[in-house]
Parts: sequence; structure tokens; C-alpha cells
Amino acid sequence: MVSLLIRQEAELGRPLNRRSQSMVLKEPLVVFVIIAIAAALVLFVLYPLYSVLKTSLMQSDGTIGLEVYRNLLAKSYNRRPLVNSIRLGVIVAVLGTIIGFIFAYCTTRVDVPLKGFFKAVAMFPMISPPFIMSLATIMLFGNNGLITKHFLGGLVNFKIYGLRGLVIVETLAYFPTAYLVLSGVLQAIDSSIEDAARDLGASWWQVFRTVTLPLAIPGIASALLLIFIESLADFGNPIILSGDYQVLAVQAYLRITGLYDLPGGAGLAVILLVPSLIAFFVQKYWVSKRSYVTVTGKPSGQRISRNEPWVKTAALIVCVVLTAIILLFYGTAFVGSFMTLWGVNYDFTLANYRHVFQVAGEYIKDTLFLATVATPITGLLAMIIAFLVVRKQFFGRQALELVSMLSFAVPGTVVGIGYILAFNQPPILLTGTASIIIILFIFRNMPTGIQSGIAALQQIDPSIEEASCDLGADSGTTFRKITLPLIAPAFFSGLVFSFVRCVTAISAIVFVVSGRWKLITVAVLGSVENSDLAQAAAFCVVIVGMVMAAIGIINLLVYQPWKRGPQEVSKKPAISGGAEPWIGTA
Amino acid sequence: MDRYSVELIDVTKIFGHREAASDSIVAVNGVSLRLIQGELLTLLGPSGCGKTTTLRMVGGFETPTYGRILLDGKVINDVPPHRRDTAMVFQSYALFPHLTVFENVAYGLRMRKMDACTISAKTRHALSLVGLEGMEERPPGSLSGGQQQRVALARALVVEPKVLLLDEPLSNLDARLRAQMRIEIRKIQQALNMTSMYVTHDQEEAMSLSDRIAVMNHGRIEQIGTPQDVYARPANRFVADFMGSKTTFLDGTVMSLDGDQVNVQVLDAVLPFEKVPDIAPGDKVELVVRSETVDIVPPGKGTFPARIIHAAYFGSHVLYEVDLFGTNVTAEIPDPQERNMFSRGSEVGINLKTRSIYLLRKVMN
Repeated sequence: MVSLLIRQEAELGRPLNRRSQSMVLKEPLVVFVIIAIAAALVLFVLYPLYSVLKTSLMQSDGTIGLEVYRNLLAKSYNRRPLVNSIRLGVIVAVLGTIIGFIFAYCTTRVDVPLKGFFKAVAMFPMISPPFIMSLATIMLFGNNGLITKHFLGGLVNFKIYGLRGLVIVETLAYFPTAYLVLSGVLQAIDSSIEDAARDLGASWWQVFRTVTLPLAIPGIASALLLIFIESLADFGNPIILSGDYQVLAVQAYLRITGLYDLPGGAGLAVILLVPSLIAFFVQKYWVSKRSYVTVTGKPSGQRISRNEPWVKTAALIVCVVLTAIILLFYGTAFVGSFMTLWGVNYDFTLANYRHVFQVAGEYIKDTLFLATVATPITGLLAMIIAFLVVRKQFFGRQALELVSMLSFAVPGTVVGIGYILAFNQPPILLTGTASIIIILFIFRNMPTGIQSGIAALQQIDPSIEEASCDLGADSGTTFRKITLPLIAPAFFSGLVFSFVRCVTAISAIVFVVSGRWKLITVAVLGSVENSDLAQAAAFCVVIVGMVMAAIGIINLLVYQPWKRGPQEVSKKPAISGGAEPWIGTA
Repeated sequence: MDRYSVELIDVTKIFGHREAASDSIVAVNGVSLRLIQGELLTLLGPSGCGKTTTLRMVGGFETPTYGRILLDGKVINDVPPHRRDTAMVFQSYALFPHLTVFENVAYGLRMRKMDACTISAKTRHALSLVGLEGMEERPPGSLSGGQQQRVALARALVVEPKVLLLDEPLSNLDARLRAQMRIEIRKIQQALNMTSMYVTHDQEEAMSLSDRIAVMNHGRIEQIGTPQDVYARPANRFVADFMGSKTTFLDGTVMSLDGDQVNVQVLDAVLPFEKVPDIAPGDKVELVVRSETVDIVPPGKGTFPARIIHAAYFGSHVLYEVDLFGTNVTAEIPDPQERNMFSRGSEVGINLKTRSIYLLRKVMN
């Protein structure tokens, strides 16, 4: 095992790393940590995927073969979920990216009032359970919907179940990804480049077309691919809203839980995995390399906003309309949670909350317990992996990074199926335990933390750590005393996102919950299946409340308003996140 | 009436709310300037003095709060940057990273809707002017800092602006390249007879390439004149201090006027200086003692006795810091090979080259 760790790799010999390269072997702790992490990644990331693949190749007569795929892909009827998923993904990616770009342009380039408010609202979909949008959509546009039935009096037959509803809901749910990517990209463009174009005679539109847009192209491509991945992986919205528009994630779930067809479900999972992985690798190895490094020594620091009244007015209208729509959906879900029976009886009631806290109190308790255990482990592990990847040189370093980031791309449904296939028999029998849920949480939620950890570490001059080693600290102590405090903001943002995803995730977790350990998102699904939208909404409100409380507590810990001192300078709110957006394949 | 290429009349720029004095910053305060055709005027001053803001107002990136800016006799306050006949060389170069060198330079011509032939010819000519032939198809990211700087210059020159604006264009280059580029910029500017405004905080750069220098401080122009004017005849203590690297101020009292000469009591001696305007016996003055106006002679000789505190050898000259009656004075002695060096602690004599020393009337606070 040790022999695989060290190798002199000339092409990787960046000067910073070369120094530590031959040192790794002399630090048993580092070697041990690397081996342990590698083993865990193989067991909990790769092995479940392998199990899915293996199961999908089992034929009805017990031999290995492609029978499952022949069945799934032969008839056009059977291919429909694949076609549908991809069509939905493409539409949502395009719409989400356009909206995200416009919104990012408005908030980074134009001096609109209430910028902070708009940005905050745009982040709502990222911190809420996936199906909240679907619930609100049904409440507004469903058969008994507020708008369709009560405002339009049922005159218009507005078919919300299916592609149309999914496009609306997923676009709203996933445009924040594009917004985050693109506002980062737009902010990184030195404004003097746009000034230069203006100065050379380009009008606002010409600057936009010949400079801003071309420079943002890599970011736009990233956003498109990331939203495509998110949409493919989405389970929470389609299971509520897809109607007879079949998508892969839901079909795989139904095949396994409804038909007990493990090979068929696994086959669908693999079919779902392929386009996701293609998009992921294109994003990671092609698009992200195209970005334009700033060609200057020193940024000008001057940031001019477009202040022509018409641009400002247009931007303000865009922002207001978009936030109004988001708030309408959230408001509907919130108000709906206090209604006796949405669509029929709009009397105010607290019965839904009584149910949530009394009957389903266990769900909340279990969710909080599992999330609280998983979150710190996730955060710490992410920072350790980020540290190893950035600062240490060892054989398999890039493979380690890749595997640890893989959960970005692997749809939750695939992971969930992989876990039940891999861990439901000895030697590793985890089905039904809390461990399987916690492990799933950890390995699914880690990539965000790793990404922001890597981004933060690359900002820190390695000579600071070398100074620590020079003064007598070993790698472990240096990590604890120097590195971790310096990347604390990334650590805390990893914690926030990890917790958020623990309490909002559904796609993978729905496979591993059991009678003993219940999760609140599964309870929402139950309420929806019973057509009790108001109760589902109440659950969602409680989830959002838990998320807000967690963000508040973590931010409080970071800011420590009761302490004042020089520390404040380096501390950012944990929610501000890392360089890469959090990809919610919940 | 004379037509100036560029004219700024009482231009003021206030950032923040115009009325609420609390959170507003007066970046430029009543600046008036006139440039004639072909002139290179430098705005020189410490950071935050308003020089870049002034330049950006001429370029159209900021709008003056008060005052008027004229280009060729026409007020251009409300003309947006892309309709102004100005071209700027940015401090960060602001090259378009997604376009080749050729496309970068051709950008302004394309915006002016010229035909392909003209664009190609003009672009190639501009690139040859800055010595970048053969680099046309390179992306700017692959060029060295000096080459990027040349692309930025060519890109601004090619549109043949009425005024060329240069915002600290050399600040990202190393010292040797900087010295070389400023000569080149000056040569090109003179060859094209291009009216230019140049912003820098480097007084050496300003002196070596300007027709005139406007020294700015706190948003105001302290003095405007030729390099010789602002160096040898500074208008006030700020200008005297900012120009020249090592300037000491010695107090003096005017004893008598004698034709073109004024006798001033300095320390324990009375020395003759060239007369300055508005001065009368009994006035308190300050002597602008620059390091090259101080000569060090063996002990016992010279006007004043002094002691060497520090000596630094530069090859072409030696810099001495001497204690002169409790005041630290810097002396620059050229060609040290010719004479003996004095070591730290040695007693010496000092002569002041009074013909090169300017007198400022002391402002009483």
C-alpha cells in the first residue's frame, strides 16, 4: 500500500510541492490519513457505484450480460425517460442560465437599489427542500390551484403536471447556481477592460456583445452544464410534479421500490449516470480550463456601474419581477401551511403544525440528530482532503481529488441505489442503521467543503505553513494551529451547506431510511402522497426554519459578536460560500 | 479666441452625495487646465490627489460635479466615453484577453466601422510604431509586461484620438523597462504631435517626458509649469518637497536686497541668493536645499561646520547625511572616485550652492 504513495513526478513538480514531496513518507500521520481516506472513498463512493453497475449486468437467467439495457433501450417507449430527462435538463439549463446571467449582470454591473435583498432572495432555493417549489406550484396552478381555480375560475385548463410544471419549478430552483457562477465570473472581469472598450468607441450594447459576453462564455458553459446535472439528478420535484412525464430518477426509484426490479432500477441508474458524468467531466476538464486569466499586473480597482437611467430601471424591473416570483412561491407554501385544506377550505388552522410536532416529532428529532453528527465530520474531512490535495504531493493525489468530488456529478438516486445494493449484506451490513445515513450524508455533502477548502488554501501562501514547520511543528500540528484557523470561513461555509443538505436531501436518502431512522424530507413525501399539501407545506416551513436556525448559529459562532478584536477582519459570514457553487442534487 | 485641444474650466468632482458633506469626498477641487495641440501635460501628485479622477473625467468615465470640460472648443461634459474622441492607456492595460494582439488594436477601428483594408493597414502601422511586428496573432496573455504595455499604447494610438490619456501606464513595469518606455512614449508622442495627458506619481518620469507638469495635491493644482519651473522655482513648500528626492528646508531671514541679489541670514552666516518676487528685508524665508546643492569640503573649510551621520556609496555619486546645527541635511556628491570619501562620524565643512537654491516665503501659521 505504501509503495503507491510516493513517486517522483516531474510533471507535477510545482515548486511549492516539490519541497514536501519526499517528506510525506517521513510523516507517518500523513501517510496513515491518506490511506484511511483513500480506503473510505473506495468503500463509500466507488464500491456502491460498482454495485449498481454489477447489478445492472445481471440477467434473468443469472448470467452476466446486457439484457437489462437491451430491454431499457430497445423500444422507444422504454427510452422515453432518458429522452425526457435530457430534454428537461437542456431546457432548464438554458432558461436557468439566461435568468442567472441577467440577474448576475444586474447585481454586479448596475447600481440597483436593494441589491442585498435581491441577492438574499435569489439564494432561497438553495437552502430549501427541493419540493417546496413543486408544492407551491400545485397550490397555485394545480387543479384546485389558487390562480387556476379561483382567479381564473377554472376557465383555462392549465396543465401543470408534466414538462411545463417541471420547467417552471426547476428553473426557479436551479437558476441560483448559474447566478453564483456568473456573478463570480462577472466580478472577476477587470472593469477597466470594459472601460477600454467604451473608450475606443463601443456603445453599451457593443461592450456587452464584444467584451463582457465573450469573457463570460466559459462561465456560461459551466452554468449550463451544472444546471443540466442538477436537473438530471432532481428527484424531489419530478416525483411530485412529473405526472406522466417520466424522468429517469423517478423511474429508477419506482422500479426498485414499486416493482422490486433491482437490475432494472440499477440499469436506469447507470443510464442516468452517463450524461451526468459526461457533463461533469466536460465542465471540469474542458470548460474550466478555458477561462481567461487576467492579463494584468494590477487591477485598477475602479468599478464603475452602468448608471444610465434606462439600464438602471430595466435592471430594477428584472430584479423585482424575479424576487416577486420567488417570494410568491415561498409565500404560497408558507400561507398554505396554515390552511385547513388547500383548494377547498381556506380556514386558518394550526393543525398542520400540531401534526408536524406531535405525530412527526420523531422525524424532526432523528433528522436533527443525524445531521448534527454528520455535519462536523463532513466539514473536517473536507478540510483535511483539501489540505492534502493542495499541499501534499503523493501518488494518487489527483485520483483522490477526483473521487472525492465525484458526488457532485453522481445523481442522488444512483448513490441511494448503490448504497442499498452494496451494504445490505455481510460483510458490510448497514441497512437500517443510523450509520448508513450518516455515511451517506458525509460522502455526498463533502465536495462543497472540499471545493471551498481548496479555493481558500490556494489563497494562502504556503510559506506561512513552512514557517510553522520550520519552527518545529509537524504536519498535524501545523494543520490544526495554522491552516485550519486560516481557512475557517471555508470550513464554516462547508458546515452550513452540509447541514442544509442533510435536512433537505431526498433523492439518495429515500433509499436508505428505515423504520428505525426517519427523516423529515421523507415525511414530506408521505404527506404529498396522501395529497395533504398543507401538511407537506408545514413540514417544509419547519425545514426552512431549521436551516435558518443552523445558519444563524454557525454565523454567530463565526462572527462571535460578543467578542471584539482583530479576528473580525478575516471573518466572513459562513453563508457566503466558496468559489464553486453548491450543487444541490438533493 | 484661442482654441485649445483640451480645456478644463473650474472642474470639481465630488463623490457621494452632493449636499451631505459627511459622506462625500471632494476628489477634484476647482481644477483648470489648458493643453495646446501636441502638448504633453503630466498630472503629478501623491496617491489620492485627484489626478486619475481628472483624467477619467476627460475620458468620460466620471462626470464632473461642477465645471466644464472642452475638447477642441466644444463642451463634452455629457458626451459618453464611446462618443468622445479620446483614447486611454490604462494602468492595468485592460487588454481584451479573448482577442489577439491584432484584434485588440483593431477594436477601436472596428467600432468606427472602417473597412477591412484600412483596419489592417492602420493596425499594422500602429503595431510597427510600437515595435510589435510579427506579434499580431498572439493572445495578450502570452506577452511580457512591456509588450502588453505596447499593445495598450498601440490600441489607443491607432484611433488617432484628439487627446491621448495615459493613466500611470508604466507603473507595472520594472525600473529599467520603465525608463526605456518613457523615452519611447515621448518619441512617439512627439512624432505624431499627439496632445496627451499623462498621470503619474513618479516625479522623475514626469520631468523626463513632459512639456508641462501640473502638480496636484488634495484635488487642487498646486503649480503648473515646465519641468524646470516646478523643480527650480516651486510655488510652495509642497511642490518643493514633492519634486526632488532629498530636500531639506532651512530657515532664513532676509537682511537686505541688492539688485538681483538678496542677502539672507542662514544659521550663523549671511549668504547671497537670487532674488525672488515679493520679498522685503525682515521677511522670514525657507531655503529649498536639494541634495545636489550641498557640497562637502574638508573640515575647517566651507561656510558651516558639520558632521557625517551616514554615507552611502552609489558608484556614480555618494549620498551623505550630515548633521548641520541639529538639522539633517542630505548632500549628493558626484563622481566620488575623484575625491576622498568621508566616513561616518567625521567632521566636515559645508558649502551651499546658493545660485541653485530657491527661496520660499515662509507661511506663518
